[in-house]
Amino acid sequence: MPTPSDSLPVAASLAPPALAARPADDRLAAVAAGRDVPSEVHRQVLDQAPVLEIDRFNLWYGAKQALHAITMPIPHARVTALVGPSGCGKSTLLRSVNRLNDLVQNVRTTGDMRLRGESIYDPRMDVIELRKRMGMVFQKPNPFPMSIYENVVYALRIDGENRRSVLDEVCETSLRGAALWDEVKDRLGESALGLSGGQQQRLCIARAIAAEPEVLLLDEPCSALDPIATGKVEDLIQELRGTYSVLIVTHNMQQASRTSDYTAFMYLGRLIEYGPTTDIFTKPILRETEAYVTGRFG
Amino acid sequence: MSSDAPRTRRLRSPYAALTAQGEPWLWLTGGALGWAVAMITGLLGLIVFQGARTFWPVPLDEIRLDDGTVLLGEVSARERVVTDADGGPRPTSRRLLRTENFEITGSHYRWCDDSAISAESRPLHAAAVERLEGGRFHGVPLRLRHGDEVVAEGAAAAWERFRAEHPAIVGRGAEIRRIDRVERGRLQRQLRSARLATTRARLAAGADSPAAVAAAAAEQDLAARVAVAERELDRRTDDLRRPSAGWVLDCSTSDGREVALPLDRIVRAWQPNRLSWWGKLGVYAGRWGEFLGEEPREANSAGGVFPAIWGTVALTLIMALVVAPLGVLAALYLREYADRGPLTAAVRIAINNLAGVPSIVYGAFGLGFFCYVLGGSIDEVLFQPALVADGQPTFGTGGLLWASLTLALLTLPVVIVATEEALAAVPNSMREGSYACGAGKWQTIRRIVLPRALPGILTGLILAMARGAGEVAPLILVGVKKVALDLPIDGTFPFVHPEREFMHLAYLIYDVGFQSPNAQAARPLVFTITLLLVAIIAALNLTAIWLRSRLKRRYVAQQF
Ligand SMILES: Nc1ncnc2c1ncn2[C@@H]1O[C@H](COP(=O)(O)OP(=O)(O)OP(=O)(O)O)[C@@H](O)[C@H]1O
Ligand SMILES: [Mg+2]
Repeated sequence: MPTPSDSLPVAASLAPPALAARPADDRLAAVAAGRDVPSEVHRQVLDQAPVLEIDRFNLWYGAKQALHAITMPIPHARVTALVGPSGCGKSTLLRSVNRLNDLVQNVRTTGDMRLRGESIYDPRMDVIELRKRMGMVFQKPNPFPMSIYENVVYALRIDGENRRSVLDEVCETSLRGAALWDEVKDRLGESALGLSGGQQQRLCIARAIAAEPEVLLLDEPCSALDPIATGKVEDLIQELRGTYSVLIVTHNMQQASRTSDYTAFMYLGRLIEYGPTTDIFTKPILRETEAYVTGRFG
Repeated sequence: MSSDAPRTRRLRSPYAALTAQGEPWLWLTGGALGWAVAMITGLLGLIVFQGARTFWPVPLDEIRLDDGTVLLGEVSARERVVTDADGGPRPTSRRLLRTENFEITGSHYRWCDDSAISAESRPLHAAAVERLEGGRFHGVPLRLRHGDEVVAEGAAAAWERFRAEHPAIVGRGAEIRRIDRVERGRLQRQLRSARLATTRARLAAGADSPAAVAAAAAEQDLAARVAVAERELDRRTDDLRRPSAGWVLDCSTSDGREVALPLDRIVRAWQPNRLSWWGKLGVYAGRWGEFLGEEPREANSAGGVFPAIWGTVALTLIMALVVAPLGVLAALYLREYADRGPLTAAVRIAINNLAGVPSIVYGAFGLGFFCYVLGGSIDEVLFQPALVADGQPTFGTGGLLWASLTLALLTLPVVIVATEEALAAVPNSMREGSYACGAGKWQTIRRIVLPRALPGILTGLILAMARGAGEVAPLILVGVKKVALDLPIDGTFPFVHPEREFMHLAYLIYDVGFQSPNAQAARPLVFTITLLLVAIIAALNLTAIWLRSRLKRRYVAQQF
């Protein structure tokens, strides 16, 4: 994986000379040089009722700053996509939302995030309760060392739900939602570690939606999936829109444009542009965004 | 770069080709493994071969020496030596004859130079007789007597009659021993508890108090009843002894003496030179059965090792039961809860170093802390009457419990280190996944981390059990005994007696092999005990390995 400093000259060299001459194009270079640049946030995003507000959020891994003053509202019951080159801090931002970064040594944050107005980084916040309100799918599949069934109903089990009928129903609907039911319905008792990589990832999706979270955090959920399974997961995301708020990281621009309502473009730990997906893909404010989403750089 | 000519990469060093393939390393690593395997199989092979053949009936050879001596015995070894005789040094071969008849010959074995042998034969009727005391006897049966009356004359007839009479006599002997051990033991325990009751009453209410007087009266009463019961038992044992008494097998030894062997003193007898292969197998199985199931006789040099098997297994299991939870919990704190600071690192290093402390030091600690401090306090609080009445500590001396705790302490570092490794091998992504589902720390540990680490933890436990089961030095200080026939679990209230002293196979090896007056005679037995100990450890380990592979299949299945 290229580090940001590696990717800089590549980005610069790939940018067409015509674009590089314009003042707006200096933004990425300014970011790379460590200067602060304002984020371009479209007005339509600000008009929406937010479920989650990220407010001037900074994060350091030790001495290295990974997120720079991110300010972005995540609209309620909509799908928001995070795009950006590798290492720009998308996973870090996602992990900050459910405070998983608390577990990493030497992480320091400033700023705040608010879930329905409640401060997430308030010291009085019950982190466990907070995480119960969110579901997360990781970049790499991480099934638990237990049966497929127990994997899916894990969140319910830790809440003390032991009624077989409830668990059975949740297990089936979640697995159907993750397009895995037909493949595993006859082997629910077998170890989840025996599934293929793609099946494991869909299992993790089923696990994340089993507890019906308010916010669903998806970190490249389809990176290990074949086109058919990807299509099913995208269908699932479409079904979830309207009830759940989804924050999805993806490197696949088609996927972002197909599934999301809003798209945010990040670069080197900063939010560059954020707006309705159609606008970002057809008439972005910044040429850099256009260059990235059309695949001309990054 | 522009040239189309095929280019071959030039090697930068002449050794590159060699090291690229790693040929020398293959030989080096393979050789190391070969050495290790050869040495281990050599040791195991020796133990298995020597241990398994101990009980196989060996033919009895009669050897006549040039000086007229006649010897009868099993050839147990042959070797070539260079002797310095009058004609100068010359190589000779000689053989080691197990002659036995210790009360006559004064030794169990004798070396014979092959050159000094004038004749050798295998007398058909030569018999090997194991006796209750006095060791083995080798000789030829002459007649069977009952008192002065000759019942069967001649080797063949006497032997046949002996085989007919002997089993019943053995059965009655076993019944007598059972009465002595179990029924007399019960009476003695009744007496003791009455005595303790008196002491307790005296301690509680004063020597002249009515309660103490009543207790003393009850004790006297019981003593009278016990005396009656003892006489009844005496009558029963006498009745059992009478039909066995008087039966005698007269045998002649190789040097022409006649020896009378009372049948009720004979454990087992066989005529190896006459036995068919199946007959030998029968004797072999019988001797193994006695070895595994009976108590030792004659200062452990004969009989069985049942109490020692019991002690070894109980000790190892209790140790595992103590060390497993303790070690796992300690490792959990160290790996999952403690901050990664210099203090944690120091604790970790200290634990690793503990593994290198000589085991005798643990024994000394166990004696000082468990026996004297802990056991002494328990005695003072709970067993005061016993302390006063018999002057004997109950828990304040070595015993199975204290020995188990000492071994648990000894193996604790192994378990902690292995558990820590196993916990560290659990992928962090699994923990994060669990936290992301809203699980707490303990829920994550219990439901995700521990199941996943369990196979590794079991590996540590296997190592710990293997190490603990083979320890001798600390046990000597904390309760292992040369002879301790009362098992820690029996029919007397409260049925479990963790304070009792016990026997142990590893200590038995030391005792029989190096402490017995005739180490040479006991050597075959040492191999057999070693074989048994190795087999027990292997059995315990195989159980754990089987468990581990089951868990592994369940929790750590591979995906491709
Ligand atoms: N635990 C950590 N300790 C130190 N630095 C970290 C840690 N995790 C991530 N980083 C750094 O933070 C930056 C952002 O990483 P992050 O994983 O958020 O990138 P990403 O946008 O998700 O990339 P990708 O698309 O490749 O997944 C990277 O430079 C990375 O090296
Ligand atoms: Mg990422």
